[in-house]
Amino acid sequence: MASLHTNFLGVSSPNPFWLASAPPTDKQYNVERAFEAGWGGVVWKTLGEAGPPVVNVNGPRYGAIWGPDRRLLGLNNIELITDRDLEVNLREIETVKKNWPDRAMIVSLMVPCEEEPWKNILASVAQTGADAVELNFGCPHGMSERGMGSAVGQVPEYIEMVARWCKQHSDLPVIVKLTPNITDIRKPAEAAKRGGADAVSLINTINSIVSVDLDSYSPVPSIDGKGSHGGYCGPAVKPIALSMVSEIARHPETHGMPISGIGGIQTWRDAAEYIALGCGTVQVCTAAMTYGFKIVEEMVAGLEAWMDEKGHATIEDFRGMAVPNVTDWQYLNLNYVTKARINQDLCISCGRCHIACEDTSHQAITNMVDGVRKFEVIDEECVGCNLCVNVCPVDDCITMEQISGTDPRTGKPIDPDYGNWTEHPNNPSVHKEAAE
Amino acid sequence: MAPNRVSPDIQAGRLPADQYDDNFDDLHAPLDRHEAVVEADRCYFCYDAPCQTACPTSIDIPMFIRQISTGNANGAAKTIFDQNILGGMCARVCPTETLCEEVCVREVAEGKPVKIGQLQRYATDHFLETVEQHPYERAVPTGKTVAIVGAGPAGLSCAHALARNGHDVTIFEAREKPGGLNEHGIAAYKTTENFAQREVDFVSEVGGITIKNGTALGRDVTLDDLVANHDAVFLGMGLPGVNDLGLDGDDADNCIDAVAYIEKLRQTDDLSSLPVGRNVVVIGGGMTAIDVAVQTKLLGAETVTICYRRGQDQMNASAYEQEVAQTHGVTIRHWLQPQALVRSEGRDVTGITLEYTAMNGRLTGTGETVTLQADQVFKAIGQKPAEGLFGGVSIDLSGGRVFTDDDRRTSHEKIWAGGDCIAGGEDLTVVAVEDGKIAAASIHKRLTG
Repeated sequence: MASLHTNFLGVSSPNPFWLASAPPTDKQYNVERAFEAGWGGVVWKTLGEAGPPVVNVNGPRYGAIWGPDRRLLGLNNIELITDRDLEVNLREIETVKKNWPDRAMIVSLMVPCEEEPWKNILASVAQTGADAVELNFGCPHGMSERGMGSAVGQVPEYIEMVARWCKQHSDLPVIVKLTPNITDIRKPAEAAKRGGADAVSLINTINSIVSVDLDSYSPVPSIDGKGSHGGYCGPAVKPIALSMVSEIARHPETHGMPISGIGGIQTWRDAAEYIALGCGTVQVCTAAMTYGFKIVEEMVAGLEAWMDEKGHATIEDFRGMAVPNVTDWQYLNLNYVTKARINQDLCISCGRCHIACEDTSHQAITNMVDGVRKFEVIDEECVGCNLCVNVCPVDDCITMEQISGTDPRTGKPIDPDYGNWTEHPNNPSVHKEAAE
Repeated sequence: MAPNRVSPDIQAGRLPADQYDDNFDDLHAPLDRHEAVVEADRCYFCYDAPCQTACPTSIDIPMFIRQISTGNANGAAKTIFDQNILGGMCARVCPTETLCEEVCVREVAEGKPVKIGQLQRYATDHFLETVEQHPYERAVPTGKTVAIVGAGPAGLSCAHALARNGHDVTIFEAREKPGGLNEHGIAAYKTTENFAQREVDFVSEVGGITIKNGTALGRDVTLDDLVANHDAVFLGMGLPGVNDLGLDGDDADNCIDAVAYIEKLRQTDDLSSLPVGRNVVVIGGGMTAIDVAVQTKLLGAETVTICYRRGQDQMNASAYEQEVAQTHGVTIRHWLQPQALVRSEGRDVTGITLEYTAMNGRLTGTGETVTLQADQVFKAIGQKPAEGLFGGVSIDLSGGRVFTDDDRRTSHEKIWAGGDCIAGGEDLTVVAVEDGKIAAASIHKRLTG
């Protein structure tokens, strides 16, 4: 049986599934329920400075988008950091860590961008026995208006500065949580590394308005007729997060830096994908907030089963295996020629492949053959784009098949060797070099 | 088993008083908003959708379902009414399992079609419940007049389309209430809460339609007069006659025309007042047979047996309708044809003897018989055209029914026809609606061309 045991920055946990810093990790009661359910660790909901805690809105904090049958696809929130007393949180963190010594206890922090507050809170956290700290440079709503959260995460110099303070004033491993609300995710990751941070975690939530109420003309969630952008998370953000994780994983300056992956993880499969892109642990929130803590059982069992099937004994055995396969467009093999293939036995004749191709793409799928409703690929027109595969409602009914010999579309022979844009005759820079 | 009673056991009020409403409630509870949205999400929005092709009125089904899924139920209803102004009734009575839902790609894929009929009902109900304004505006009156015979689905559909185009329509209805089979002939649990009349009101809201109830062709008006006094005539009087068993005792009080019995059931204010036999035998294999069988069971009959002279596959009632009968406790027996009615000393029927049949190139009796005890025998072996309705006007018939061309025009230049009374009709509400629609387009072209 595969082992899911994880050692991330020297912090041990029985599996890579941590609960992200968020409402599910705001207090002892929730966290102990999570540990009872089997979660490997938690990042305690972000602590702020000592003194009067922040206050939250008293109207709705969440908005959502849904798929069929109200399956929750994306969630946004305007909740702030913990609104409980610092002392209460610290006391509970200490108790929970004592009760559950084998689980990872990470504490998320957010205080003003001055050295003293960071020094103070790090000292308090150190006394709880927590395993590490995560610096919340990501929350895009509310706290950012006060110069914290994503307001810090959007300025690499601040990230570097605060990370450095934290390493100076604490022996605890430091994880910097990154905001995706930025143009190039590699810059804040580089800054975290320069500042001495041990790891990055990403992504925090994305600036979002989930919908507009068409009666009140107010963004949702609406507070007395007004709304503010929230932070977006859940399955809908996973593709964005995976891309950002891959950028950091393959960037020469940050390659090899430990990453805790966050964003839309609902199943073991999602987790395995993050790990394949280099993540040492994954953090989950929306899935737990949608279904409760029990989902971790499926995640653990599913990941174990898959690893056994693949022959991976540990997480490290497959961690990062997808990183070398993430490349730039210019290096993709232009001699890899595919055509769509429709399995007529599986086809239910809905016609969506046809109309998608006919109206919006390459007119490469029939709707009628010899007077009969039938959907067949016209190889002479098919560019192999995969749109039909994606709109087909039947699993594996349409697949892409690599062809060799002559491409019926171009009438030209297919070069069996790898060839990319950098050497393609249509590339202006190739012409330029040739001319020189 | 030979009948052992001398007089039939026929009683009203076999059930506790409070059970009638439950028994005759909607066969399918209407979908609520959430159920409708979830079901609508199952639709793949097919290209050149098979369901739309299968619909006799060509409703743009993928579009109306998409409108439901986006919260625009009234828009969905408008999409339906654009093709079928009686879309509300069709949603209730169409045999969708042999029309749109049979060819739904999800039926092909997983044996579970999108519930198109129920979604159509959701949309049309939503419209009728929430929108005051009729969805169509009547064109400027043309001064042309059209007489329509019969206020059933064909006549109403034709009337609405003509009235929309500005023609003045008068419908001559033989019964005291409009609606035709929707009002008088369809099982009560398919059209609850007086829906047929509400739909007639809805259709009439467009304006320009006058309905003369209790005015029968051949009795109160003549076709000659209608032709003389109107610019066009549309015949949609259905099939008022019924076929007899052709047996001695056909005329007994408890050897009953199923259509008439259903009509009585539909029109009564008190279902517990309807006399129903303890043991009921229904002869026939179509929808009327199913409807009378199920409803007598719901009225409290102890046993109800449908006897059909051919096999299950030849029954006109769909497999789904047969299942409805069976789940209501009706027994369906095949390959049995009526041979003789068993009668008591008076004249009441107490049983029926049936002969087994077999298919030997053609249907023949085997000589073997069975006798079933029956307190009531219902005849549901088809309806036939009324005779002698047309007076001095000559119209070509085919098999006793009115012959029409593709535009539903008869051999008479001023007369069109549609619904069950024409040759080749499928005895379906939705087909009648389409007939009326096609005839209206042809009449409009003729009157304005």
